[in-house]
Amino acid sequence: MSTREIVSATAIVLLLVASAACAEGPGLGKRLSAADIAAWDLSILPDGGNLPPGSGTPAQGARIYAQQCIACHGESGKGGISAALIGSKPITTISGAQKTIANFWPYPTTVFDFIRRAMPWQQPKTLTDDEVYALTAYIFALNKLIADDTTMNAETLPQVRMPNRDGFIVRFPDMM
Amino acid sequence: MKTISGKRSQRQLDQLEPAAGNGLLDRRAFLRGGGAAMAAAMSGYALTAKSEPLKHDPWSLQAGSAVPAYEKRSRFEDKVARTLSNPNNEPRNSHARTPHQQLNGTVTPNGLHFVILHSGVPDIDPDKHRLVIHGLVKQPLEFSLDTLARYPMVSRMGFVECGGNSAPMFSPQPMQASVQALHGLASNAEWTGVLLSTLLEETGIDPKAKWVVAEGADSLGVSRSVPLGKALDDAMIALYQNGERLMPGNGYPMRLLLPGWEGNMNIKYLRRLKLTDQPAMTYYESKIYSQLLPGGKSYQFYFLQEVKSFITHPSFGMAMKGKGYYEISGVAYSGNGRIARVMVSADGGKSWAQAALQEPVLSKAFTRFRAPWRWDGGSAVLQSRAWDEAGNAQPLRAEFVAKRGELPAPAPILAFPNQHYNSITSWAVAANGEVSHVYA
Repeated sequence: MSTREIVSATAIVLLLVASAACAEGPGLGKRLSAADIAAWDLSILPDGGNLPPGSGTPAQGARIYAQQCIACHGESGKGGISAALIGSKPITTISGAQKTIANFWPYPTTVFDFIRRAMPWQQPKTLTDDEVYALTAYIFALNKLIADDTTMNAETLPQVRMPNRDGFIVRFPDMM
Repeated sequence: MKTISGKRSQRQLDQLEPAAGNGLLDRRAFLRGGGAAMAAAMSGYALTAKSEPLKHDPWSLQAGSAVPAYEKRSRFEDKVARTLSNPNNEPRNSHARTPHQQLNGTVTPNGLHFVILHSGVPDIDPDKHRLVIHGLVKQPLEFSLDTLARYPMVSRMGFVECGGNSAPMFSPQPMQASVQALHGLASNAEWTGVLLSTLLEETGIDPKAKWVVAEGADSLGVSRSVPLGKALDDAMIALYQNGERLMPGNGYPMRLLLPGWEGNMNIKYLRRLKLTDQPAMTYYESKIYSQLLPGGKSYQFYFLQEVKSFITHPSFGMAMKGKGYYEISGVAYSGNGRIARVMVSADGGKSWAQAALQEPVLSKAFTRFRAPWRWDGGSAVLQSRAWDEAGNAQPLRAEFVAKRGELPAPAPILAFPNQHYNSITSWAVAANGEVSHVYA
């Protein structure tokens, strides 16, 4: 066989395999559009991908915090029955109890993502995107990661530099 | 069956070959001796027990109760239960630990499978639950439980282990706690469901996709990023656990199963898989399960639950009932594949004997190991150490601590100060038969 014949024979085999695979699958998945998925599409990527429109300031966040968060996380994020949101003492042992947003979390987007999907505890997924931006801004300002008058939005939030950004080693890079 | 006199069995017992120091015997005794010698070896006390005339017990003299539609275990087994960290469902996570010291074989019964949940057990109507696959795919698709039931299914045995299992072992002194308290956040079941690769064939995959971000339908929307390679390898949308639908604490009606990988990544109540070009750096991967190392850096994307074993019988809290013959047994497993070998020591690691592995030895699943032991009534330190088929050895404690560190002071037994402990566990047997936890 010539090279061309081998290539075309291979192509035919691949086509047969592909059509057989399609024929085997039940094909029962219901087709969705991006609009159908929007309400569930909560994942925020560390480069800012999928951050929604909207914005909020630390001052706005402080007011929402006093209503929605203070009961568990304490005044000014100092902690209560739930974790403290402030603190940046250097990590000196292998105890995870020392981890805080300011001394450990590598990406600012994680704060927005987690508040939006999980908080407040009793009514998760009820905050507006503006409220989530404002709370994120408030927490970052408490931790002196941004100035008190900085607005958080899809542009500014991913640019917040987290102090421990380079503190990680991927355990098994070959598996990624 | 022929009974054996004490005299004869004693002769047989004496013929069992020592395989290592302090009374460890050759595992092949299990194979060679067949019934007689090992039956005697394993029930040493029976030979010395005083016999009494047999009589009929009450249950032999009247008919029993009605057979129930869904059977519960004997009322005499009620104390075999998980230990709970948050029985009143306060607003924090909840752990339920498997009582390894009261189980045998390799399958964890569904009611005793470990659970960690971060905001309680959701009450999901299976008819309303949906699984959505979207992002960098050619066609986003939604699947109901009914539609998934028509897809080709597979079954496999598989362990699931919390990344924080065995965290008390980071304490600088050995915590005096049971194997359940130390290692109860690992369990093993037969999982049945649809391979994720089957569903991704239908959605198609954009060549830019490298990760699959998985999310649950629980109130926190627990979410983890999984490399596409794992998703296409052996990831499963699990629907059944040991033959019945998943337990509510284990993800009913569907969970992601990533054989051999960190428990938290096996997202329960799975409702969404988004294909992306980067990991999402979620709360659980960038904070909780990124563990601190000595020197201040942290491991991220640990993924694997590495080769590990621990002895369940005897173990902390048990009392040995006189010198003589015992079976040392435990479980071994590796996220890298099959267990190749387990060695057991009765003298704190000075000498080792090879344990027998119970067939079938399955990849990324519990393997039960057993070793015959003649306890001379003196002090002993029992250890097990496993190797997997990829050649990885379970690290000795000194090796492990040198790389991964120790806490400056003991942490509360229910805390997760660090993750992915896979070094060995040592049980000390005292002359009075009590078993304690030691570092050796």
